[in-house]
Amino acid sequence: MIAEFGHFALILALMVAIVQAIVPLYGAQKGLSALMATAKPAALLQFLLILTSFLVLMHGFVTSDFSLAVVAGNSHSAQPMIYKITGVWGNHEGSMLLWVLILALFGAMVAATGKNLPRGLFARVLSIQSMIGIGFLLFILLTSNPFERLDPAPFDGRDLNPLLQDPGLAIHPPFLYLGYVGFSMAFAFAIAALIEGRVDAAWARWVRPWTLAAWCFLTIGIALGSWWAYYELGWGGWWFWDPVENASFMPWLAGTALLHTAIVVEKRETLKNWTILLAILAFSLSLIGTFLVRSGVLTSVHAFATSPERGVFILALLALTIGGSLTLYAIRAPSMKGGGLFAPISREGALLFNNIILSAATATVFVGTLFPLAAEALNLGKFSVGAPYFDATFSKLMMPLLLAVPIGTVLGWKRGNLLGAIQRLWVAGAVAVVGMTVIWAYISDKGSLAPIGMALAIWIILGSLVEFTDRIKLFRTSFGSSFERLKGLPRSAFGMSIAHMGLGIVLAGIVSMTAWKEELVRTASPGETIAFSGYQFRFNSVNQVPGPNYGAERADFTLIKDNEEITHLLPEKRFYPVQGMTTTEAAIHTTWISDIYAVVGDKHDDGSYTVRLYYNPLAPWLWLGSGVLALGGFVSLTDRRLRVGVAQKVKRTLVAGQSA
Amino acid sequence: MKIKSFLLTLFLSLSLTSAWAVDPEEKLADPELEERAREISKGLRCLVCQNQSIDDSDAGLAKDLRILVRERLLAGDTNAEAQDHIVARYGDFVLLKPPVKPETYALWITPPLAVLLAVLAALRWYRNRPAKETGALSAEEQAASDEILKKLEQ
Repeated sequence: MIAEFGHFALILALMVAIVQAIVPLYGAQKGLSALMATAKPAALLQFLLILTSFLVLMHGFVTSDFSLAVVAGNSHSAQPMIYKITGVWGNHEGSMLLWVLILALFGAMVAATGKNLPRGLFARVLSIQSMIGIGFLLFILLTSNPFERLDPAPFDGRDLNPLLQDPGLAIHPPFLYLGYVGFSMAFAFAIAALIEGRVDAAWARWVRPWTLAAWCFLTIGIALGSWWAYYELGWGGWWFWDPVENASFMPWLAGTALLHTAIVVEKRETLKNWTILLAILAFSLSLIGTFLVRSGVLTSVHAFATSPERGVFILALLALTIGGSLTLYAIRAPSMKGGGLFAPISREGALLFNNIILSAATATVFVGTLFPLAAEALNLGKFSVGAPYFDATFSKLMMPLLLAVPIGTVLGWKRGNLLGAIQRLWVAGAVAVVGMTVIWAYISDKGSLAPIGMALAIWIILGSLVEFTDRIKLFRTSFGSSFERLKGLPRSAFGMSIAHMGLGIVLAGIVSMTAWKEELVRTASPGETIAFSGYQFRFNSVNQVPGPNYGAERADFTLIKDNEEITHLLPEKRFYPVQGMTTTEAAIHTTWISDIYAVVGDKHDDGSYTVRLYYNPLAPWLWLGSGVLALGGFVSLTDRRLRVGVAQKVKRTLVAGQSA
Repeated sequence: MKIKSFLLTLFLSLSLTSAWAVDPEEKLADPELEERAREISKGLRCLVCQNQSIDDSDAGLAKDLRILVRERLLAGDTNAEAQDHIVARYGDFVLLKPPVKPETYALWITPPLAVLLAVLAALRWYRNRPAKETGALSAEEQAASDEILKKLEQ
């Protein structure tokens, strides 16, 4: 009965979404405030209904109600509670329900905090957001009903895919979706602005926090996925240019461009059309990502869905949303011209450069991801596009942008001084060049780009420090006065410095892992000691360890350096009997500078085991840097100018002024 | 000469990118050949995996291909010959970096073309932008917008 209640709530949510899509928009067009006012209760109600439905599904998983097809297919009574809960979104139907839940959550947040928005904009934004909701609610109800019953119900479930039974991947989808779906806010604001035919600095300021929040979550989501691949897949790979990864990376690139160009709209009232277009593109890429993953067009561990009707439905949804919004853009955008003053050598010029490169990079990833599908559809043959292609194209494309990052941050608005900017950064530049020379001479091997990559990383990290200390005039004035400046600095300035530093840290990790990773694969028997990368690994034993829903073989290594025991490494090989699947659990010892990574493989006839050992220099910086990157975004989000609550006090004047 | 050999030793000790991945029994006795085998393997797709190279995959088919690459190298093939041998059997699909040919022009032209188009679009916008602020906002609206910004700043 409870499950039917959830299904019913979802149908009701669709009804509410239809009302929310039509009534406030009509009210806004006709200037009827009573109709516009329906947006808020409708958005809140829609969220509550979808939340109810989601909780009902979760209840089914938690209580192991195997009469529900989704639960029977993706859960098991012996599964640990946390994976019963995360199993809710570890399958196609449930993950789509999470998608609309987060969509409705964003709508409800706008409804609850958007009192200071002009009423027309408020009504239109919520109405447009609800239209997206209708599409996805229909998709769930018509093709992917999570509340489908089985009769007779099986005695037990088929277990969650063992690869997904992992803490990192358990929380990866919610973060990814918070990012993906968060861009729907920027999209809704963009469409509303097109309908109103007006974009101004205030609009940019309202859009920015939503975009920023979505971007932060997407950053964390991508990093979590990469981290999971790193420790779970058993050989330390962390990025494969897999289409599913690209699907999340494209909105991230477009979103990054959008964040930067929205600043130009806010400060200089120009590049408005482009910003609107980027907002449409960022969300369109999110939708395309959802399509790629959910339609079964790709086959990988992520693409659990494989029925064609779903693919056709999402494709239609995609065509409608993207086609519709781009048509609207083509009609309305030319009427919105921005300001005239624009000097190429200036902060806004640097931000434009950022957008040029990021757009080209997004296009490259887009074509690289879809080319194999297109070539097959057009009978050009079967091709693969993998890491070597993206190394040859994307990585080279990004280099000029990475070089420009510190320079852009110290250029002034309106008219910048390039020479002056470079002079201010000379310390960072000098250290980077010295670093590059040392690495080139002593560490790097033949013809690799590692020294240049490392120099760029140093340049960006030090550049952000120089920019920051410059801003508070550290060492150039008294300490007290520097501190005063520090306190007076807007949070968004902190955020920028932190985020750029995070970028540099990630870059260092990428370069180092690409160029200087070491590995040793051999057979070894318990009792042997293996020397590798300056460490000794004493192979003590392999033991059988029972798990809640798996059996594990756990190897025990003592990690020794300079005759001192550092730690025990306990890599496991787990066998999940329900799905008949084996997973590896790597043992990782991190020093925050590098990781020692150990995996135990198959047992051989002579009693020895395959042992894989890796030395991963700067690997922790990949996740550390991603965290710093997201932190920068969150710090910027706390900027008082972006805080939604602060402005509420002045709402009356705003509403009076804007709805005229 | 001494300096050169010193640097070489230093170089070797620092760049220990090992010559042994894959399963222990697959690897070739000759480290130089093994290094080349790995080089080739990184560019070959594991046919049953999602965009993984055979060097990274533990699938059975990937293992077969790794062994085949090593057999070709032992038989005296150059890297290109060994790769061609695999491509002749499995087609371009097996290459993670597609060859430049008419079918793949679209793929390879995209990155430079995208940069070119973006730069041209920016130039066009720069040349045609209105000489001064145009009437996107009326004076009244501008005042309202300014006031909002002012209040938000507080």
